[in-house]
Amino acid sequence: MPDPNSSPCAVEITDVSKQFGDGPPVLTGISFGTAPGDFVAVIGPSGCGKSTLLRLIAGLSPLSRGTIKVDGFPPGGDEPETAFVFQEPTLLPWSRVAANVELPLRLRGVAEAKRRQTVQICLERVRLGDRADAFPRQLSGGQQMRVSIARALALEPKLLLLDEPFGALDEITRNHLNEELLALREHTAWTAFFVTHSIMEAVFLANRVLVMSANPGRIAHEVKVDLPYPRTAATRETTDFHTIADKLSRLLHSVEEEAKS
Amino acid sequence: MKGSTTRYLAPVLSAAVFIGGWYAIRAGLPTEKQFMLPWPHDVAQAFAENWQTLLQASLNIALGAAIGLCSATMVAVLMAILMSLSGFIRASLYPHLMALQMMPVVALAPILVIWVGPGLPSVSIITFIICFFPIVVNTTQGLISTDRKLVELFALYRASRWQQITRLRLPAAMPYFFTGLRISGILASIGAIVGDFSAGSSANDGAGLGFLVIIYGAQFKMAELFATVISGCLIGFVFVLIVHRVSWFCLHQWHDSYERSDS
Repeated sequence: MPDPNSSPCAVEITDVSKQFGDGPPVLTGISFGTAPGDFVAVIGPSGCGKSTLLRLIAGLSPLSRGTIKVDGFPPGGDEPETAFVFQEPTLLPWSRVAANVELPLRLRGVAEAKRRQTVQICLERVRLGDRADAFPRQLSGGQQMRVSIARALALEPKLLLLDEPFGALDEITRNHLNEELLALREHTAWTAFFVTHSIMEAVFLANRVLVMSANPGRIAHEVKVDLPYPRTAATRETTDFHTIADKLSRLLHSVEEEAKS
Repeated sequence: MKGSTTRYLAPVLSAAVFIGGWYAIRAGLPTEKQFMLPWPHDVAQAFAENWQTLLQASLNIALGAAIGLCSATMVAVLMAILMSLSGFIRASLYPHLMALQMMPVVALAPILVIWVGPGLPSVSIITFIICFFPIVVNTTQGLISTDRKLVELFALYRASRWQQITRLRLPAAMPYFFTGLRISGILASIGAIVGDFSAGSSANDGAGLGFLVIIYGAQFKMAELFATVISGCLIGFVFVLIVHRVSWFCLHQWHDSYERSDS
């Protein structure tokens, strides 16, 4: 399963703009580069195009201008393995948990023995090893999201794109899943883009936070989070954590004020 | 257990009330109209005396209905897959399918008799025509209503068109397909009886219930006619039960139309 020698990838975004049809631009002049292994959180007011940015990086939607390179390759082509985690668990309701995690491997034609082994490892990593035979509707919202993450990890991605994956969950569950997500990075490192509405979540997970503003969507600020990994529940109690969260809160507020005027 | 007692007792009770009402109405009929409605026990006697004829006719109908329904299901699903591929194909086929559904099968019967001969071939084709439409319309709807997020997921994993159909669109369309199949399951035996009525044949013991209706009708055998009608209902009931059972088997574990099983 995950090859410990595989290295995460770098994403290079240069002067990207996006508009749908003749509508107003959703994103303008986005330029941003990651180092391999960066965990980038993206926050901003609703309608700032943060989800659209994620979809562009995934190659789910064509660019209007600019370039995106994932380890030098444009998305939707020969770029390294990329996984996307949606806002909803987006599981196949007719397939059992194991079959859902197995799906990407099946679509790629991975041999059965290897598939079974990978599924078992991925499910154990998200602490659902005993629910392999359950159907998605038998699981709680948090468990369904963990299956979704296990599925994303099945193909050993080098880039993980997460679009508010825990937005619909209660805060306690969300905190747990945040901790688990960071723990998963101890096994294999990937570069991550994580869209969220929650400042706490952004600070806890990321080493870089992008604050976006709306109309049109652009990157307004970047804040570095220098808290050392591995981070645990205790990290949320530190003064540094709150200093950065307060700073982000002010920046987000100013961006929203700016959008109103 | 109270629930299941109610479930089995309630229809028995309502049937008893129904038969009681039947006796009451028959008893109240003036003499000159009594030929119109046989006593329920006359109908029972008609069953007892003609059970071999009725059973043979019912089996003939069931066979025609089964052939028609199964072939309609197969062709309809293939057609639905074809129509789900593009809006152009849908637009060019849909009006013709509607026309097929609107075709008056009774008028079609003599043509079919000349083309394929009376009896089972004609009956199966008429059943096919009647059963085809609900399945093709519902299944097509299901195939094109797949959750957009799941379609994107498949695109991200670079699934081929074929994989998208077999692993995503077809299973996602299953509840829709069964909605259509349930309607067609009800229509199948009716279609076969109508087909047999208008294109049936008594050659080689091939007479079905529709053919019996003509014979008993000509002879004013009211009790036998009632027995024929009830036989038709029973066949329909068996078909509906089978379809519901298959639907349950395919959907109950994951689809919300079935109660959540405790886990």
